[in-house]
Amino acid sequence: MDAIAYPVRPARNLHRFANPGRFLRLAGRVQPWLTWPALLLTLGGLGWGLFAAPADWQQGDAVRMMYVHVPSAWLASAGYVSLALASFAALVWRHPLADLAAAEIGPVGAGFTALCLATGSLWGKPMWGAWWVWDARLTSVLVLFFLYVGHIALVRAFDDPARGYRAGAILALVGAVNLPVIKFSVDWWNTLHQPASIKLTGAPTMSGDMLWPLLVCAIGFTLAFAAIVMARTRAAVMERRIRGLLLAQAERGSEHGSGRALDGAFGPGAGDGPGRGIGHVPGHA
Amino acid sequence: MTHMPFIAATYVLGVAVPLVFAVGAWRRLAQARRRLAAIDPRAAT
Repeated sequence: MDAIAYPVRPARNLHRFANPGRFLRLAGRVQPWLTWPALLLTLGGLGWGLFAAPADWQQGDAVRMMYVHVPSAWLASAGYVSLALASFAALVWRHPLADLAAAEIGPVGAGFTALCLATGSLWGKPMWGAWWVWDARLTSVLVLFFLYVGHIALVRAFDDPARGYRAGAILALVGAVNLPVIKFSVDWWNTLHQPASIKLTGAPTMSGDMLWPLLVCAIGFTLAFAAIVMARTRAAVMERRIRGLLLAQAERGSEHGSGRALDGAFGPGAGDGPGRGIGHVPGHA
Repeated sequence: MTHMPFIAATYVLGVAVPLVFAVGAWRRLAQARRRLAAIDPRAAT
């Protein structure tokens, strides 16, 4: 009888990184390659945009706000894409690190979305004469911010973290419907917000003198986002490990009928302060 | 430079927001590493 050839599952490779030790080793090696280029490119790009890039013939120097606003807007959407992908991996393949990564992407994505809204408001006041208008693009990005905040709250709302992660993953996937609305809002509706200057399907409608510093800023901000999320995920993996070790210690202590093992679990650095100790994951208050 | 206060505020926010997240992540990672090393020195390496 011929041997049955089973198809290779796509999740198999992903699960190679489900091992916390392997992930921590790999992430520890990758972290400096994200952090230092992020710092150099972000500061270099912002300096280039602020001092060396030309002013716009129509907007004047106000166009320099673009070098912060556009990368943060790009990351607000790209961050949500990564949140939705991590949620998908967590729901479909039950990848144990995808849950943690999604929980760590949420606050960072919310921060960059808030930055996008704030800098857009600062750019809008001198150009449009208003801090805020209920324009389709602005409103859909505000909805994105609320989706991030909802995800953050939902993930941390349950005593059982697994339930929180699952509810958050469902919200993240449902909320992904907002992404094409954000992207195409300036095409579908008559908005005050300008249409895209950089398109995949055509040449950019922007001078190269402005485009290059913008690209440097965008790459720098993207690397910074990735570096922050990776550092937070590494910390979350370690915290999960700490909780597991403390629980194991506590169980061993209760099996021996002695509370001594718990002394170590609740000792200095482990249980100092309200709400700390077994079952508590720092940063998930 | 025209609109200087708006530009300055934008750049301050553009540096401050990633910086706050980066410092927070770095401190949390350092604390987790310290706590893990205290419980299981092999796991923290």
